[in-house]
Amino acid sequence: MIEETVTIKNKAGMHTRPAATIVKMAAKYKCDFYITKDELHINGKSIIGVMTLAAEMGSKVILTFEGEDEKEAAQEIIDYFNRGFDEL
Amino acid sequence: MKSFHKVFNEAENKISGVAAAPGIVVANAYLYIKDKLEINHSKVTDTGEALKNFDESLAKSKKELSKILDLAKEKMNDTRIAIFEAQVMILDDPVLIDKIKERITNEKMQPESIVDDEISKYQKIMIGSEETYLKERAHDIEDIKNRIIRNLQKKRWESKIPHNAVVVSDSLTPADTLLFTKSHVQAFITDHGGLTSHAAIISRSLNIPAVVGTHNSTQKIKDSDTLIVDGFHGYVIINPNEEQIEFFKSKHERLVELQKGLEEFVDKPAKTKDGREINLMANVDVTGEIDLVVSSGAKGIGLYRTEQIIDELGEIPDEEEQVRIYTNLSSRIYPESFIIRAFDIGGDKVKLFDYDEPNPFLGLRGIRFLLENQALLKTQVRAVLRASHNKNIKFMLPMVSTIGEIRRTKELIEECKKELRQEKISFDKNLKVGIMVEVPSAAVMANEFAREVDFLSIGTNDLIQYLMAVDRGNDLVADLYQEFNPAVVKTLSFIINEGKKEGIEVSLCGEMAADTLAIPLLVGLGLESLSIAPTTILYAKRIIRNISYESAKKMADDCLSCHYEYQVAERIEKFFEENKITRTRNII
Repeated sequence: MIEETVTIKNKAGMHTRPAATIVKMAAKYKCDFYITKDELHINGKSIIGVMTLAAEMGSKVILTFEGEDEKEAAQEIIDYFNRGFDEL
Repeated sequence: MKSFHKVFNEAENKISGVAAAPGIVVANAYLYIKDKLEINHSKVTDTGEALKNFDESLAKSKKELSKILDLAKEKMNDTRIAIFEAQVMILDDPVLIDKIKERITNEKMQPESIVDDEISKYQKIMIGSEETYLKERAHDIEDIKNRIIRNLQKKRWESKIPHNAVVVSDSLTPADTLLFTKSHVQAFITDHGGLTSHAAIISRSLNIPAVVGTHNSTQKIKDSDTLIVDGFHGYVIINPNEEQIEFFKSKHERLVELQKGLEEFVDKPAKTKDGREINLMANVDVTGEIDLVVSSGAKGIGLYRTEQIIDELGEIPDEEEQVRIYTNLSSRIYPESFIIRAFDIGGDKVKLFDYDEPNPFLGLRGIRFLLENQALLKTQVRAVLRASHNKNIKFMLPMVSTIGEIRRTKELIEECKKELRQEKISFDKNLKVGIMVEVPSAAVMANEFAREVDFLSIGTNDLIQYLMAVDRGNDLVADLYQEFNPAVVKTLSFIINEGKKEGIEVSLCGEMAADTLAIPLLVGLGLESLSIAPTTILYAKRIIRNISYESAKKMADDCLSCHYEYQVAERIEKFFEENKITRTRNII
């Protein structure tokens, strides 16, 4: 299992567009992918779930990946968070 | 020279709401009332059939939404279409869809009942959130939920409306908003919703005027009523007379003329022809306006009215909540500055406590109230400090009338800093503290007060009211509320000069600066910083870029020797003519 805490870097936070992109990325992989923020633990392959997370700039979320292709999934998705959802 | 406010106030049949998208329109109303969905909570006998129905409803919804998505792609940019893409994705959401199917199989209930229950769970989390945009998002999810249920019930939704109508509705989904553009919708009016509702955001990006949150438009307006919709001020006049129509139509024509080419100013500085740069900032009432501020090219937020948070939430936000709100807004506007005004409670604003004051405007309001309720002030100061680590936050005190009030507040701020240090919480130790100059005693003492603080911000609404001793809500004397009265001009000039002698920043916020006629005068009087409504920033920029400071200064000097308000107004109008700038008084 891979677990990583990432910080939301873009000004608008995890709004609808990045939420949709994250789910699309996750859908390509077989591994399980979860996003945890505060007390909410959300399946990262569920768009409606990801949309319920309010993650504003500066907040931290925990990403977990588990399954055969977890490395590749983690690399792509963590990188997307670190790029501030390409909105920096 | 009639103003919008005056014409609106004189109208008999009218509604006001939140000005969600700018523009003026005269057109006929179309009441768009949606049938309320009745949800069938009965059991099903054949779960196989139920699952098949559910799959079909998903397919049908997907087909409808992809049409809407195509329309969105044609009309809007990428960031705005995300909401429609997300809705399509929800129809394929493995977690949600599997869960619904599993429950249909196990509970043998009508699919619509399960769909309603499952999606509502997510909506509840969103509504429970403190973030305004998440609450609005719950509304977007409502759209997809109703779409699936409607398709399960094999009902059709009417989205065809008469051409060129003003749509009046309880609330609008993003999809409705977009689909109506096919019928050349002229404007939107809704009972519910705020500036951050998707309908409002979409109206703005499509350039369709909108007035939202009117509470009772669907009751007051009937089908085919003629309406004047003023999306700048949030006004609607129902069945106006000829004169009112003429007034708004001529304003509208002028506006269209003026709006041409305004966009080009977004990235340009508000600099006079002789190189004096004016810091144009935006006033912000509600958190959702931040998008408007960012897109208007404002140099920061010059006035954030925090009492509006209480208004929005219906309660006083606690420290954590305030930290969240201030951090969020200050990050969005970073590196420009963000001026937070302490809760201005009392007067005509948010009333929290049952004091019965014979003269609330001369009573316990602004800083007076806060110093009487120090726990409230302390919570706010701590929140402001905690949010200040980016160093772009400033704190401003309303209704200051004595030096003692400044000193007592500063002591309290120092106390909070000490606490935070002990708690090892970081903050901007040089947090700038300023005051509103809106009481005549503060104006007279501008120099002495300036030595105590980091900046002054002139609040014209109250200053004029107190200076002229006139309640502008009182029709009998409203004429005496004169923005261009020489006494006002002289007072402004005095405050600006006294502040400058102490080398501190003097700015001005208040409706006066929204009247474009005032802009050259304020620049000429020496102001280098103005905070105005985000929708007026580009108009102000255009004026500033077309005048020189030297000539504005001469004009302001002339105004200082006038005896009557009309003389001041005429002198400024002449200035507009001399500089060949289309006069925009009262246009916005």
